[in-house]
Amino acid sequence: MKRSLLSISELGSDGVQRILDLADTMAEVSRRPNPKVPALRGKTVCSVFFEDSTRTRLSFETAAKRLSADTMTFAVSQSSLSKGESLRDTIETIAAMGVDAFVIRHSSTGAPWLVDGWTKASVVNAGDGWHAHPTQALLDMYTVRTALNRPEGFDGLRVAIVGDIKHSRVARSTTAAFKAMGAHVTWVAPTTLMPPVVDEAVTDRLDDVIGTDGEGVDILYMLRMQNERMTEALVPNLREYTNRFGLTPARAARLAPHTLVMHPGPVNRGVEIAVDLSELPGAVINQQVTNGISVRMAVLYDLLSANPDPTSDIEITEAVAAARTEQP
Amino acid sequence: MSQDRAPKAVLGPEDVRRATTRMAHEIIERNQGLDGVVLVGIQTGGVWLAEALGAEINRIDADVVDDIPVGSIDASLYRDDIGLRPVSPGSVSNVTFEIDDAVIVLVDDVLYTGRTVRAALDALGDYGRPRAVQLAVLVDRGHRELPIRPDYVGKNLPTSTDESVSVTVDGVVIA
Repeated sequence: MKRSLLSISELGSDGVQRILDLADTMAEVSRRPNPKVPALRGKTVCSVFFEDSTRTRLSFETAAKRLSADTMTFAVSQSSLSKGESLRDTIETIAAMGVDAFVIRHSSTGAPWLVDGWTKASVVNAGDGWHAHPTQALLDMYTVRTALNRPEGFDGLRVAIVGDIKHSRVARSTTAAFKAMGAHVTWVAPTTLMPPVVDEAVTDRLDDVIGTDGEGVDILYMLRMQNERMTEALVPNLREYTNRFGLTPARAARLAPHTLVMHPGPVNRGVEIAVDLSELPGAVINQQVTNGISVRMAVLYDLLSANPDPTSDIEITEAVAAARTEQP
Repeated sequence: MSQDRAPKAVLGPEDVRRATTRMAHEIIERNQGLDGVVLVGIQTGGVWLAEALGAEINRIDADVVDDIPVGSIDASLYRDDIGLRPVSPGSVSNVTFEIDDAVIVLVDDVLYTGRTVRAALDALGDYGRPRAVQLAVLVDRGHRELPIRPDYVGKNLPTSTDESVSVTVDGVVIA
């Protein structure tokens, strides 16, 4: 029975914890002089990206290679999609070549669920529309867990996610993951960039959530201003946005020393972060990128090692059951 | 099946302690001292035994200034049965010393098919090139499927394949 990673809510808090524990093992592999293990020899991982990406695609490919899986990359611009081949035909064609996992990014919400229904391969959602980006959320959790040394969970931790919440799949997945870990999340955004339905605490004043007086947040998560999704004038201009919602030198000086500053990348320098990152002692943005590889190794291994989850009703074949009883 | 049998204690805590002491002596004797010798326990069952052997060796060889290095290795990602059964790494490998040119004593609680040891040898190879690798196990229960034999054995214990052997500091139990 195959498994897929489509959203944090489907993974559940036990699943999040399982991936983070596994990521510790993968991080140790990544620290070695020869950061490669034979765990997924013979497996093939195909990345299918219908949207541009640098770090996510490279991160998944590096993760697959460190586990000795073979990788294929489907470049949309050079494909038969330009001849009118449908998404379903494309996926089924690649699947017929023998693929164990698809890593898919698509501009339409729900595309990974469709693909999951069309193929026997595992599917990893690497971002769908404004909806979800679960591996980003997992690497964010792993970064907080290692930076603050909180392996047991994030109870009592206060998080502010700042910026274009409305268009951000990162905000949605990362919020879900922080809540699954027990943290309290506040969304900070202008009203025009807030989703119509909100379950979180919200404010449009960034200055209310930062500070050294004990009221400040422990984690300041800055989102990227997504100019490519801005089809209408939702903020007056970027300078006005930076004045009210950017991490300016004045606000950086007010941050409590222990506050982590996070960003999913790529950073619009001078817009959401208007200070030199080297002057932000709490910035863990590069650690997020490094941890992304370990976390994606954990995700791929978790899905492809056919490790039946004992709490689920996944059928265990007779061979597996026999091998289990034989183990000392 | 194994569930029908009552668990049978074959070694008590004193037996485990004596076996550990004897193996510690054998490791020192065989290596004519401890120059370049390190202990590496296989996660998870070999870790406590490697630590116990290390403590014994340090006690016996008390006039040597440096304690013998003790590490651990998780061989899960090198197993040949990934995909056939649930293989999940239990803990993180901890190799903080130089592997190149060291004499490694690989330590596990039970030696059975030899497949775990094969995986651990592959894992060690990714950290460096040891001068030699020796194998210490508290219980050898037979049924090898690979050409692997131990250098130091606490107890040879004939078993059938449907039995399970559990080893702790408190003793060895067959169920």
